[in-house]
Amino acid sequence: MPDSSSATGLHTEEHNPALLHHFADPEQQRDAASLGMWVFLGTEIMFFGGLFCAYLVYRRWYFGDFAAASGTISMAYGATNTAVLICSSLTVVLAVWAAQTARRTLLITSLILTMLLGLVFLGIKGIEYREKFTEHHVPGASFRFDQAIPGHPGQYANPRHAQIFFSLYFVMTGLHALHMIIGLGIFLWLLTMAWKGRFTPEWHTPVEMGGLYWHFVDIVWIYLFPLLYLIDRHP
Amino acid sequence: MSAHSSASATSPLKGYFAVWIALLVGTGLTVYAATLDLAPYNAAIALAIATIKATLVALFFMHVWHAGEKLIKVVVIAALFFLVLLLGLTMTDYAARPWS
Repeated sequence: MPDSSSATGLHTEEHNPALLHHFADPEQQRDAASLGMWVFLGTEIMFFGGLFCAYLVYRRWYFGDFAAASGTISMAYGATNTAVLICSSLTVVLAVWAAQTARRTLLITSLILTMLLGLVFLGIKGIEYREKFTEHHVPGASFRFDQAIPGHPGQYANPRHAQIFFSLYFVMTGLHALHMIIGLGIFLWLLTMAWKGRFTPEWHTPVEMGGLYWHFVDIVWIYLFPLLYLIDRHP
Repeated sequence: MSAHSSASATSPLKGYFAVWIALLVGTGLTVYAATLDLAPYNAAIALAIATIKATLVALFFMHVWHAGEKLIKVVVIAALFFLVLLLGLTMTDYAARPWS
């Protein structure tokens, strides 16, 4: 009996509202969350990895057709979107830093800016997809492709092989865009939490975890951009 | 080591902006390199720049460099190892097929 009362006394004395009782200290709690998030990102790496693997195999087989197909998507849209995502990654680290240092206005501004940049990215993506639909470059019954292979004048790309490029293009950028949409949902939730003042320098784990997710999606795009948009672009 | 990490924890903003500039410059370089005829090296250069950019994001924006928990680094390296296995072994298979 005296044993248990002294134990509870010790517990309430050192109670930190942000610290769950099964962790020794806030640092351990934060590390556990980061570790879990990184394990999830590891599964995401393998998820996208399978698509990158399929891409590599077909690109090796049908390089000329892939180059011809890649030449029809807009390098300017792709490059702009890369820059937009890089800027959004900056606003994400600013948001995490603002949460760490209790800067509420900067946190809310950074979260809103991140979401706006995410929406700009999706908007440009939408314009790009629309062009592909009007050009009949979407795999399916109405697919048409009559482009010469770069560097081989008069030699036309095999439409069936070009269709494989566009299948990979739509699946990879589509899955990436789906991740962006989920990211926007996460950031909307972070924004409402930040608005209510729920984040403190002691506890802002959701901002850090949402940030890790956003940066991962940025990294995927960093690889998608040169692989899909920049095959054999030189004149 | 601890002095270094605490110093960079107090004001990491300079580093964040430096990484941001480096990522934008890397994007510009990627686009520029794609317009040059470097034969087989076009893809190699594009992927090298992308890998440098991805490493910068992971180390500094995702705080892998200053991760207090060493297990995080183990998870990152393990995930990349399995990605290399997936891509590397698949490509060695296809590259070694005389009929393809």
